[in-house]
Amino acid sequence: MEITIIAETSGEGIHPVTEQLVGAASSLGGVITVLCPGGRGSDDASVISGVSKVISLQGDCFSSFDSGSWSTVMAPFSQGIVMASSSPSGRELGAQIASKIGVPIVQDITGIEPGYKVTRSVYSGKAVETSSLSSPCVVTLRQNAFEGASGGGSAEVVVVDNSSEVSVSVREAIAKAGERMDVSDAEIVISGGRGMGDPSNFSHLNEVADVIGAAVGASRAAVDSWDEIPHSMQVGQTGKTVNPTLYIAVGISGAIQHLAGMRSSKYIVAINKDPDAPIFGVADYGIVATWEDALPALKEELGKL
Amino acid sequence: MTIAVLLKQVPDTTAKITVSGGRVDQSSVAKWSTSPYDEYALEYALQLKEAGAGDLVAITCGPDRAAKMLTDAAAVGVDSMLHVVADTTEMDSKQIQSILAAAIEHCGADVVLCGKQAADTNSGSTGPGIASMMGAACVGMVSEVMVEGDSFSALRASSSGNERVSVSRPCLFAFDKASTELRRPNVKGIMMAKRKVIETVSASDLGIDMGESQVIIESHDSPPEKPPGQKFEGADSVQTVVLKLREEANVI
Repeated sequence: MEITIIAETSGEGIHPVTEQLVGAASSLGGVITVLCPGGRGSDDASVISGVSKVISLQGDCFSSFDSGSWSTVMAPFSQGIVMASSSPSGRELGAQIASKIGVPIVQDITGIEPGYKVTRSVYSGKAVETSSLSSPCVVTLRQNAFEGASGGGSAEVVVVDNSSEVSVSVREAIAKAGERMDVSDAEIVISGGRGMGDPSNFSHLNEVADVIGAAVGASRAAVDSWDEIPHSMQVGQTGKTVNPTLYIAVGISGAIQHLAGMRSSKYIVAINKDPDAPIFGVADYGIVATWEDALPALKEELGKL
Repeated sequence: MTIAVLLKQVPDTTAKITVSGGRVDQSSVAKWSTSPYDEYALEYALQLKEAGAGDLVAITCGPDRAAKMLTDAAAVGVDSMLHVVADTTEMDSKQIQSILAAAIEHCGADVVLCGKQAADTNSGSTGPGIASMMGAACVGMVSEVMVEGDSFSALRASSSGNERVSVSRPCLFAFDKASTELRRPNVKGIMMAKRKVIETVSASDLGIDMGESQVIIESHDSPPEKPPGQKFEGADSVQTVVLKLREEANVI
């Protein structure tokens, strides 16, 4: 049986979720080929344990993201079960590849068993769907839902220089305002809501985040109220879905739209002055306190570790 | 020149979801709404229409109740509506994409706007899949689009921030949340919408033979109940919680 993995890249290297894709693929058994768009991360991918072959795709079309042209080049190499990350680009590319090879796609799965039975969260996390599908097909996997494969492999790297006509031309790149970690990538996320009172108070969240290497997120209410808090920080239904090992919600009441984006976090800590805030309903550890009192204490305690 | 906006009716985010007999019970959903990202697609589709990029048709595929969503779209300025009446709940991505691609062709549209994913299935396959079928340029994670002569300029999120991209017809834009205000219908719009006729068709009217779904839904289940958490009073408990995170949860 063949499994094709679409490498998720980060800059010129590989994104750690790629190791999780290989980990999930290895649990099914089979011959694993990793496709590296633009050749990015080819060397990194070749040393992931379990990978048989890496195809480094070096056509001109891979210089900027165009799911149409990328998928045209990648579809002929997409054999058996095709796996990608359920990142925005992974979903888009996965759907285009599925369409080009004429197979269905199931997005954002959190479990896969031989046979193939997949599970995923639907209805904003209010239900879990289990479905069965057969190879060939495309699936995208939720980040941090699968164990990553270790290093130590030595797969051959094959270079392919195919390109396809580009139909999306990038005219201007606009860099992110801050250089903080993306909430989707972080093991620990600390988020603030409108309870923070003022956007300038997010600096207190940043301070705690710096101590434990966390990313800083925000609720929709905070993003909608304050221009200083960009949408890229928003966790929840019209923002990002996160799956960290620890999620700390500060001054967030816990509207259903927010819970939809973070309830699958492994551990949730809520800090809120309102003891009846719905966020306490999903929290493993709740602290009824103002952020003004709790955050300095949190920074100090975490600093001691 | 025709612009199409794809809309999906989903349970309102605040609606309670109950599972019965291994399936989400659709009949118990108290309130249905237009999927949130689709609302941004609709807003920008209206702006493109007003900028002279073409007539605007709103298309949905869903059961009878989805017609209300099309009437709501007409009340804010959509020119025509196409309703493909079908139960999409057990369809796989290929089936739903074939229906919508055929519906778009039926309307003669070469510019398509949709949400990046629907709030119920949370997938994000439909837009890019249709773009592939249409041979259209696909731009995802869009938060803004405008007409520029014969082509379009769009702002999309990228891994390093945002990118301004340009595309020509045929093209498809899948919308992320945008910072624009959504327009609400006024009385005149609502009255006008009541007089507009929704074109209603079936998948077979569009010449689609969908075949069998290749993804079999085995079951829906309620998410596993989390054991009740521990709650502490006052900032003095921060120390206790940090200790528990280290020793009980083992996450820091």
